[in-house]
Amino acid sequence: MERLKNIKEFKSLKDSLCLQKGGARVRASVCCGLPCTALGSQEIARELSDEAARQGVEVDIVKTGCQGLCQKGPLMQVEPHGYFYQKVKPERAGEMVSKTLGSGQPVREFLYRESYLDEVKEQIQDVPFYSKQVKIALRNTGKVDPHDIHQYIAAGGFKAVEKMFSRMSPDDVLEEVKKANLRGRGGAGFPAGFKWAHTKRSGKGVPKLVIANGDEGDPGAFMDRSIMEGDPFSLLEGMLICAYSIDAHFGFIYVRHEYPLAIKTLEKAIKQAEAMGLLGKNILGTGFDFSVFIKEGAGAFVCGEATSLVASLEGQRGFPRARPPRLSEVGGGAWGYPSNLNNIETYACVPPIIEKGADWFLGIGTPGSPGTKVFSLAGKVNNTGLVEVPMGITLREIVEEIGGGILNNRKFKAIQTGGPSGGCIPEQYLDLPVDFDSLWQVGSMMGSGGMVVMDESDCMVDIAKFFLAFCQSESCGKCPPCRVGTYQMLQIMERITSGEGQPGDIERLEKLIETVGEGSLCGLGRSAPNPIATTLRYFREEYEEHIHDKYCRANVCSGLGVYTIDQKACILCGLCKEACAFDAVRERRSSYFIDQEYCTKCKVCFEVCPVDAVKIKKKTQIAVEKIKIPYEAMVSVKRKAKLTLWDVLKSKPHVVITIYHDSTVADAIKTLHDRNVSSVFVVDDNGKLIGIFTERDVVHCYNKGVSCQDTPVGQVARKDLIKFEPSMGISSAILIASRNKKRHMPIVDGDRILGMVTFRDLVSYLLPEISYI
Amino acid sequence: MKLEDLNFDEKMSELGAIIGEEERKRGVLIPALHQIQNKTGYLPPEELQELSLSLGIPLVEIYSVASFYKLFHFKPRGRKIVKVCFGTACYVRGARVVLDSLSEEFSVKDGETTKDLAMTLETVGCVGCCGLAPVVTCNEEVVGEIDGRKLDEFIDSVKKE
Repeated sequence: MERLKNIKEFKSLKDSLCLQKGGARVRASVCCGLPCTALGSQEIARELSDEAARQGVEVDIVKTGCQGLCQKGPLMQVEPHGYFYQKVKPERAGEMVSKTLGSGQPVREFLYRESYLDEVKEQIQDVPFYSKQVKIALRNTGKVDPHDIHQYIAAGGFKAVEKMFSRMSPDDVLEEVKKANLRGRGGAGFPAGFKWAHTKRSGKGVPKLVIANGDEGDPGAFMDRSIMEGDPFSLLEGMLICAYSIDAHFGFIYVRHEYPLAIKTLEKAIKQAEAMGLLGKNILGTGFDFSVFIKEGAGAFVCGEATSLVASLEGQRGFPRARPPRLSEVGGGAWGYPSNLNNIETYACVPPIIEKGADWFLGIGTPGSPGTKVFSLAGKVNNTGLVEVPMGITLREIVEEIGGGILNNRKFKAIQTGGPSGGCIPEQYLDLPVDFDSLWQVGSMMGSGGMVVMDESDCMVDIAKFFLAFCQSESCGKCPPCRVGTYQMLQIMERITSGEGQPGDIERLEKLIETVGEGSLCGLGRSAPNPIATTLRYFREEYEEHIHDKYCRANVCSGLGVYTIDQKACILCGLCKEACAFDAVRERRSSYFIDQEYCTKCKVCFEVCPVDAVKIKKKTQIAVEKIKIPYEAMVSVKRKAKLTLWDVLKSKPHVVITIYHDSTVADAIKTLHDRNVSSVFVVDDNGKLIGIFTERDVVHCYNKGVSCQDTPVGQVARKDLIKFEPSMGISSAILIASRNKKRHMPIVDGDRILGMVTFRDLVSYLLPEISYI
Repeated sequence: MKLEDLNFDEKMSELGAIIGEEERKRGVLIPALHQIQNKTGYLPPEELQELSLSLGIPLVEIYSVASFYKLFHFKPRGRKIVKVCFGTACYVRGARVVLDSLSEEFSVKDGETTKDLAMTLETVGCVGCCGLAPVVTCNEEVVGEIDGRKLDEFIDSVKKE
């Protein structure tokens, strides 16, 4: 690798590399990201090159970084045909070489298809997972070999640096980034341009540092790793541009220790760039120096926080500290020097902005959050993997179109964004356009971009507990609100999920959410209560169910609910009896049942049952089922209890039976008999209600000796009516009617007669509940 | 551990332009701890003492730093380190069941080492393989999409020396 002495040499190298790439040589890009490697992609690459050598086919086998669709790995792309292969098997290498690489025919078995009935998709852009994506930060990830700087240059790499050195001043660069409104991709969304400018302004003549935050500790996030492993040069290029614009000569990449491959790749990339004269002293003969160092973390989530990261960089305990001074100020950054700290993805977005201009970048995404965001889509969706989408895309598009819907056709429940600091977003916000501000509004945050989809089999209380447990164990212990508060919250959550929840726990949690959220020193503590806050906001009924009904609707938490065996579903295999350590599963002659006295609700029987015959039910549900009322009836009663008289009326056949006041009593009795009702409305000539005539009135008439044939019904009808509004709730109607000893409730809206509700209507409405009580 | 073993000059000399000798030595503390741990599997007291002398950092401060980070261990660890990923994606796809089965199989709890130092069982925040959840790793090897059959295979491979 020859050192490039000036920009002209770089240009000529670039042109010759592009020319080479433009040739008709076939190129097979095998995804060698971590997930695909785990599925055997290294073996595929080896087999392919062996096979190509054997068959004498001229081909480039490129081991690229993550291509995105990890779920369907190992992945492979073939250029120039554009074939996209998934679930590639190494034993078919021979066929792939002879068919695809040799004669350009696709191997149909490996092409993508939604299901066996669907047509195959040959090209990558036809695959729904990719068709909605716009790649900026990941523009090269999955396309180039991360260990070869030439490939990066051939793909347009360092073009931005070339442009910058040949015709932009540091201030021009700064203005361009400011104008592009590139917001920090690490989570908070602070505009990068302003941060750069602030760092540049503080302390004239003081050395400045550029730091890239690759301490991607969020569980469920792997975007930064993909960039570091799949396209390290774009990170280096972004850092170099930043260094040039703020006049820094030293850069640090802080990588978490759990990513050994990323560290190796970056080390190699730095060596190559230095050898080419694109990093180090006198870059491209311009006289600008910039050296990059890699710093390895040691497993502390809090080190993703800016001030802790700096402490860790210096070799101290990774404690955060109060700000100001900010990192960008003198005395704030590493060793006291002003430091500009951005996320890996933010730096990776910089080169295209410089190359294509801020206006191009502003044209993508939303006005408030331009550009794209990389998400790692995981959890219960069909297609998991790495996606880069323009800001403003809706969650529904991400889940249903890119993610391909929920696994096993279950029902969507929530999507968790932003890792342990983020929140759970329920179904009602699925059409929310995703950007920094909209996610804030619903109580979550962009975070670093983890997106975990949950379905109805996930218990939200349990998920909240999981995140809290993570924050609690990662709390550095410096400030009490976080150290003590998260612990106390976790205790309450443990109690709730193990069936020991007490009334008032929710209120205690709410108080702690406020205390920890406001009192903590750093971002980790301040956002630690977020998962609980959002689940309480959107899934409060699940908390209530856990505490009051001792029931977990997702059947996740053990120690809750009542365990029974569904005799109809049971196949008498006896596994549950074998599994139960407490002898709670008893055997009858031809059935099994669970002895509630002995059951500890350990959930073992539920898990071993092969046919899901062990059911976990609410206690109230069992009680209702004992008196042979189906549980569904109970649920509907609860719903009905919230209903109004108008709903009761609607549930009956709509008949309003009226009789004129001058009709005889005999007519009225005949009407009662013929229509098989217990009362009629008595109206005057104008049709206005003056009273009702009921069965009870017949008794009165007989007792008083009223002549049925002569007396008009208007004379004997009851006129001391209590009229009921249709909007009245059923419970208050019952109260009023029983206090006043009324059996018939005329429902009237102004002068209009809407119908009659009798006491029996209400009783039959509430019958199952009453019999249960 | 001596300074020379750390590639101290190669790593830190350039930074001499902006930071002093003491700070540079401080800066290599965490890499040095990594190096010791990579060699011996844990941080033996004698090594730390030697490191303290060569870096000129009090032993108590070295312990202070080492104990802060989860990755450093003061006790010998197993030859095979089995990590169960407890990232969100793995968690919702059943990492707990995987952990329970492994801990039952080897009769160790999370964070413990078997008596014969054959293996250590741990959980890890996220290995960044969420697309293949649930994931376990054994030393550097990553095994994804664990199900009953794959778990049995994995257990066999761990048991094999």
